Amino acid sequence: MRKLNKAAAVSLALALLLVMAAGCGKSELQAGKTSESPEGEPRREEIFIGIAQDIDDSLDPHLMTSAESRSVLFNVFEGLVKPTPDGKLAPAVAASYSVSETGDKFTFKLRSGVSFHNGDPVTTDDVVYSISRVAGLDTGTPLISAFSIVESVASPDDGTVVIVIGEANIEFLAYLTAAIIPKGYDSQETQPVGTGPYRYVSRSPQENIILERFDDYWGGATDIGRVTYRILDNAEALMMALRSGTLDFCAHLTATQMNELVGFDYNFVVGTMNLVQAVYLNNAVAPLDNETVRRALSHAIDRGEIMDVLSGGLGVPVGSSMYPAFTKYFSPELADYYAYDPELARQLLAEAGFAGGFELEIAVPSNHSPHIDTATVVVEQLREVGVTATIKLVEWGTWISDIYTGREFQATVVGVDASAMTARAMLERFESTNGRNFTNFSDAEYDEVFAAAIASTDDAEQVRLYKRLEAILTERAANLYIQDLCDVIAISKDVAGYEPYPMFILDISKLHFTD
Amino acid sequence: MRYILKRLVVLVVTLFIISALSFIAFQLIPGDPVTKMLGVEATPERIAQLRELLGLDRSVMVRYFEWLSGFVTGDFGLSYSYSTPVSQLLGDKVITTSTLSAMAFALVVLISIPAGFLLARLSDIRSKGKGAAARRALATLAGAVNQIIMSIPPFFAGIILTYIFGLVLRLFTPGAFVSYSSGAGGFLLYLLFPALAIALPRSAMVVKLLRGSIQGELQGDYVRTAYSRGGSRFYVLIRHVARNAILPVVTFLAMTLADIVAGSIIIEQVFAIPGTGRLLLLSISNRDYPVVQAIVVFIASLVVVVNFLADLAYQYIDPRIRLG
Repeated sequence: MRKLNKAAAVSLALALLLVMAAGCGKSELQAGKTSESPEGEPRREEIFIGIAQDIDDSLDPHLMTSAESRSVLFNVFEGLVKPTPDGKLAPAVAASYSVSETGDKFTFKLRSGVSFHNGDPVTTDDVVYSISRVAGLDTGTPLISAFSIVESVASPDDGTVVIVIGEANIEFLAYLTAAIIPKGYDSQETQPVGTGPYRYVSRSPQENIILERFDDYWGGATDIGRVTYRILDNAEALMMALRSGTLDFCAHLTATQMNELVGFDYNFVVGTMNLVQAVYLNNAVAPLDNETVRRALSHAIDRGEIMDVLSGGLGVPVGSSMYPAFTKYFSPELADYYAYDPELARQLLAEAGFAGGFELEIAVPSNHSPHIDTATVVVEQLREVGVTATIKLVEWGTWISDIYTGREFQATVVGVDASAMTARAMLERFESTNGRNFTNFSDAEYDEVFAAAIASTDDAEQVRLYKRLEAILTERAANLYIQDLCDVIAISKDVAGYEPYPMFILDISKLHFTD
Repeated sequence: MRYILKRLVVLVVTLFIISALSFIAFQLIPGDPVTKMLGVEATPERIAQLRELLGLDRSVMVRYFEWLSGFVTGDFGLSYSYSTPVSQLLGDKVITTSTLSAMAFALVVLISIPAGFLLARLSDIRSKGKGAAARRALATLAGAVNQIIMSIPPFFAGIILTYIFGLVLRLFTPGAFVSYSSGAGGFLLYLLFPALAIALPRSAMVVKLLRGSIQGELQGDYVRTAYSRGGSRFYVLIRHVARNAILPVVTFLAMTLADIVAGSIIIEQVFAIPGTGRLLLLSISNRDYPVVQAIVVFIASLVVVVNFLADLAYQYIDPRIRLG
C-alpha cells in the first residue's frame, strides 16, 4: 500500500509539473502580446518570415547554390553592382562603372565609406580578392562557371578595379553582383561577413536563420531591425503557422493556400515565380529526336487546363525559355504558337511513323508538388493522342546527378530560372556545346544566332537576336513549354513595402512597419 | 554486474553492425553529396575536385573505418550541408527529441495506467447492486471511444491538436517553436501538444491491454481467496491483481518507447519541431553521411538502452525473473 502511494504521489507531481509548464508558458505568450500594444511600449522591431525549405547549404556566397539560400543571403551580401526591382543593375560596392566599347573591359570606381559587418572598411584589395576567388584565377577552377571568361582583375590605383574578360560580353556585368567579401577571412561557410543592409546572426538547421540590421550600412539603416526566417518545410505546419499569426511574411504559396487564408490578417500579392515550367525533352533520344514528334506533343498539351488545375488559371503561359519578368526579352505571342489540337497531334504522330503512339517516361523531382501535379495532367492529355506516359518520381539529388548532369532521361517537368538577370542565363543552355544543355538541343541556326547575340555590343541588336533565339526554340519545339507558375505572397497587414524582383529574391531592406 | 557487462557488449556490437549497414546502404542508392552541394553549378571538374577534397573518391571500407575511428574518439565529422561539426549540429536536436520522447512516454504512463484500472473496475462482471448495469454500459462506451483513439494516426492527431490548442484555445503558437535555451517553460509547453499527439493512440493501446490483463487476472483463484479473506474490491485489485496484471504492460511500454522515438519523426514535421527526425530525413536526401551516421547511432543506442531498462523493470516487479 505504501509503495502505491509513492507511485501516486510521483504521478501527481508530474501532472502538476505539466500544468505549471502550461501555465507559465501561457503567461509568456500574453506578455509577448502586450509588448506589441501601442501604449508607450517599445516599437516592434522584428519580423518573422516563413520559408518552406531549409538553408541546408554553405553560407559562403560563392559556394551556395540553392535559390532559397540566395534569396536570404541577398540581404547580407552585395556585389560591385546589385539588381534592382525593375530588372536593371545599380552600383553597390562600386559607386560607378564603365564598360569599354569593345565590351571586354569593366572599370569600377569603389564607393567610399562602405564597410564590412566586422567593421573593416572595404578596400580595393578585398574587391580584387573576391573577384579572383569566384573566377578561380589562383586555382584554375571558377566557383561560378560564368566567371571562366575572366582573364585578369587589377587595381591601377586605390579605389579603382579593372576586370578584363576574354570575349566581348556586355551582359557579364550582371554577374558582378557576386558578393564582395573580406580578404583573408576564412569562416564564410559558417559565419558569413558581407556588406549588405543585414548582418548574419545565427542559423539553427531545420529551425531558423536570423539576420540583424547593419547600422553602418552605406545606404542608410533600414526599418526592420531583426529578421527570423522560420523553416517550415511541412505544408501543414506552414499553414498552421500562418493561421496562428506567428508569421509576418511568406512567399511561394499556392492559390489554394491563399484561399484558405482569406479572412486572416494578411494582404496578398499574386505574382509569378520567375521561372519557365516545361516538360523538358531530351532532344537526343528516340523518338524525341524527331522534330515532328515534338511538334505533335506540343499540340497535345492544353496549357489552359494545366493552369486551371494548378492555380485556378493564375500564372502566365510561356512558349519559350523566357519568363515575363524579363520584359525586355519576353515574347508573349510565342505561347500561342502551338494551339491545343489533339486531332492535329495524332496526325503529326502518324506522319512521323508513330500512329500507334509510344511510351514516354516523365521524371519529376519528388519535392516539387506543382511539377508533380502538372505531370499528372500532362500524362492524361498525352493519353488522348495515344502516347502512354508514366511518371517517375526522383529525389532532387538524383535529379541533379542523373538528369541534369548525366542527361539520362526522356522527359522531365521542372522550372528553370535565371541565376543572373541576363537573357543569356536563360538561353545559353540550348547552345549545342554548352555544359548545361541538359536537353541536348542542337540546332545550327541557334548556335549561329547565339554567337552573334553574345558578341553584340549594341543593346537593341542584342535584344532582337535574343528574341530570335526564343522563336527558334519554339519553332523547333525544343520543349513542351507551359507557364511561369503562379506565386502568392502573404504579408501581415502591419508590414508594407514589398517589392518583387524579376529573380528569386526577397529584399528585406525595402520592408517597413505601417504604424 | 556480469549482466550489465553483457549488455554493454551487445550495445557495442549492435551499433557497429547498424552503423556499417547504414554506411553501406548509401552505396546502393543513387545520389551523391557533391551533386547536391554544387547544384546546377556542377561541372565534371568541380565534382571531381570536391569529391577529392571531401575524400569521397576513396573506397567505402577506407571511409567507414576512418569514420569509425573518428567516432570512437568523439569526432563525428563535419556536416557537408551545413559545414558545421556534427556534434555541435546535433546537440540541440538530441535534447529536443529526447525531451519530446520522454514527455510522450510520461503521458502514456500517466494516462493509460489509471484509465486502464478504472475501465477494468467499471467493467467487472462480478460487480453487483445499484448502478451495476449503468457502470457496465459506461465501460462499453469507454471501450468504444478507446478503440477510436487507438486508430487515429499520430499525424492526424497532431493536426487536430494543433487546431484545438493552437488556433482555437491559443495555448501555444503553432510554428513558433521555442528552443530550450531561450526558455524552458515555453519549450516544454510547445512540446506538450506533440507529445500528446504521440501519446494518445499508444495510451489507448495500453488501456486495452491493461483492461484485458486485469480481467484475466480477476478470474484467478488467488483473487477469490483474497476476497474470502475479507479484502475489499479496491484492496484486492491494487494489492494482488495489479502486480500480476502490469507485467505484460511493462513489456508493451518498453516496445512503445522505441516506437515513440520513431513516431516523433512524423510529429516533428507536423509541429515544425527542429529535432533529430527532421534532420535525419533531410540529411538522407542530401546524402549528408556524417549527420545520418550520428543520428542512426543515437537512435540505435536509445533503443538498446531502453530495452535494458525494461529488463531491469521486469526484475523489480517480478523477482522470479532472473537476469543473466
